[in-house]
Amino acid sequence: MKQKNGSSGDEAAPSEVYSLRLYVAGQTPKSLIAFANLKRICEQHLAGRYCIEVIDLILQPQLAKGDQILAIPTLVRKLPSPMRKIIGDLSNEERVLVGLDVRLVPKKIIA
Amino acid sequence: MAKRQQKRNELVPLTVRGIRKAPTGVEGFDQITSGGLPQGRPTLVCGSAGCGKTLLAMEFLVRGATLFDEPGVFMSFEESSQELVENVRSMGFDLSDLEAKKKIVLDFVRIEREEVEETGEYDLEGLFIRLGFAVQSIGAKRVVLDTIEALFAGLPNEMIVRAELRRLFRWLKENGLTAIITGEQGTGTLTRHGLEEYVADCVILLDHRVSEQVTTRRLRIVKYRGSSHGTNEYPFLIGDSGISVLPITSLRLEHKAPTDRVSSGIASLDEMFSGEGFYRGSSILLLGSPGTGKSSVAASFVDATCRRGERCLLVAYEESSDQIVRNMHSIGIDLGQWIDQGLLRVHATRPTLYGLEMHLWRLRCLVESFNPAVVVIDPLSNLSLSMPAWELKPTLMQLVDLLKSRGITALFTSLVSEGAFMEEPHIGISSLMDTLISLRNIEADRERNRILSVIKSRGMTHSNQAREFILSNNGVYLVDIRVVEEKVLIGTARASYEAGERASVGLRRQRAERQARRTARKRKAIETRIAAFEAELEAEAELETDEADFLAAQEVAREQTQRLPGQLRMGDTGELLDQKKIT
Repeated sequence: MKQKNGSSGDEAAPSEVYSLRLYVAGQTPKSLIAFANLKRICEQHLAGRYCIEVIDLILQPQLAKGDQILAIPTLVRKLPSPMRKIIGDLSNEERVLVGLDVRLVPKKIIA
Repeated sequence: MAKRQQKRNELVPLTVRGIRKAPTGVEGFDQITSGGLPQGRPTLVCGSAGCGKTLLAMEFLVRGATLFDEPGVFMSFEESSQELVENVRSMGFDLSDLEAKKKIVLDFVRIEREEVEETGEYDLEGLFIRLGFAVQSIGAKRVVLDTIEALFAGLPNEMIVRAELRRLFRWLKENGLTAIITGEQGTGTLTRHGLEEYVADCVILLDHRVSEQVTTRRLRIVKYRGSSHGTNEYPFLIGDSGISVLPITSLRLEHKAPTDRVSSGIASLDEMFSGEGFYRGSSILLLGSPGTGKSSVAASFVDATCRRGERCLLVAYEESSDQIVRNMHSIGIDLGQWIDQGLLRVHATRPTLYGLEMHLWRLRCLVESFNPAVVVIDPLSNLSLSMPAWELKPTLMQLVDLLKSRGITALFTSLVSEGAFMEEPHIGISSLMDTLISLRNIEADRERNRILSVIKSRGMTHSNQAREFILSNNGVYLVDIRVVEEKVLIGTARASYEAGERASVGLRRQRAERQARRTARKRKAIETRIAAFEAELEAEAELETDEADFLAAQEVAREQTQRLPGQLRMGDTGELLDQKKIT
């Protein structure tokens, strides 16, 4: 919570809500890792202003076309626009943040 | 469409040995692959930009959906669905309609490198799911991936892409999908990213080359595992009803040979062919140097054809339709009326407008739509402007075969340079022709005259004599050449000889008449004299008879007087009665 309050004050656009969609294909290890990574990063940097929607393409294959999904797992930032995509298991936090265009807040200040 | 299907099915052999094949329905393609693409396996179609890869793949899908009841999925990595629909509409493919009927699914896969950030492990399961979903939704049997190389550009990790491609092709095979994968040609390799490594069953290379400023498209089957196939480079065309591959060498000689004849439109020329003209369905070549009247002979033939009520297609490579009509008026042939009546169609283009294949293909389309009894091409030799002779011959062979197989009588004209050896035209096509007519200009005594002779005419007796060929206001006719004292007389020489002959004939006649009159007079005189003599003779004879009668009477009288005494004496009783009678 602290993080959220603190960081929101420093962000350029604090009111922005991140609407994220994670495309997976079944409960594969890669999917699970990706979801865990995403959850962790969001909690750390976007706590309270994000929502994650997980779409399992095995259950809803027709949805793959809409967001032009090829790779699994793919994380799509629906909001704020423009749309951005990150493919892979999201193991590199720094690249995820770059991909989501989340500005890093120096941890010292927050702490 | 039904007619087309029938035609296409004829091309597909009934029994295909070896692997099972999926007919593409692309004109001529199934012929050279003896049946089509390997069924349930992926085929790689590669070539440089603009060589027709996408179109070939699209036609494969559309024909599959419409002719062979095999729905298909087109997964495009380059063009959006809307663009695809628009691009192939000109070929008469209505993709929107096919999509609505659930015959075809178009799926545009867009990959923007800038939009994608990569972090950690991933695979292309999403692509598989999309493809699988599309295939399932319409029960597809065919798949096109155009062009999957976009994955290499769109995804940063080539290792993953390669591994996934291998998995994809395996997946296609496992699902029994007949697939076309297109790939851009690389330098020194068939495809830029070595796709041929993954697709090993059938590889087709398309080529688009420019020679003499005219482009020709060619298709070659690089490999086809488990099947025999044509190994040549086949020219192909993109026309307004799709792709046509022209398998020159696989045409067979099976056409029928009609025995009925058609008039050439010049009565005196027909006479040279045992009085009946050409065989229907034969090929006639008119060879001649410039200005020998090739087009006029051709126009006479066209005129005669239309006069019989048959349809005629005139392909002109030198003059426009209007110009031909105007020029032929000068020899009393009105072609305009036949155009108006719809019996004559003039197709006038410059030969350099497209490659020979395109000309051939256009001609074929015209022949199919117009269905003429006679096709006249004037002049054939102009086609050689756009391509070397060795390339020309096979195509012309195909042209001749195309017309023959339909029983169309074809008349070609060909220009040969003045003084060239007439019997061997430079394009070497005389062997393809049934009838060869040579037209020559002979220059003698400061004038030019046209001479026509028949070099050959298969299967009929024909005149071996040269004739003088005359273009008059009332059409074309032939005159026998005069040979006087071993000198050939033509043109003015012949005319003056004939005039002289006519004059001397007159003189002779006059003399004969005079002679006859004189004889008549003489006879009359003699007859008169004969009559006079006869009268004299008659008079003489009359006189003689009179004398004889007188003498006879005298004799009788004398006898009577001699007998009289005896009677009176009754000495001779036996004769008494008689004597009594006499007295």
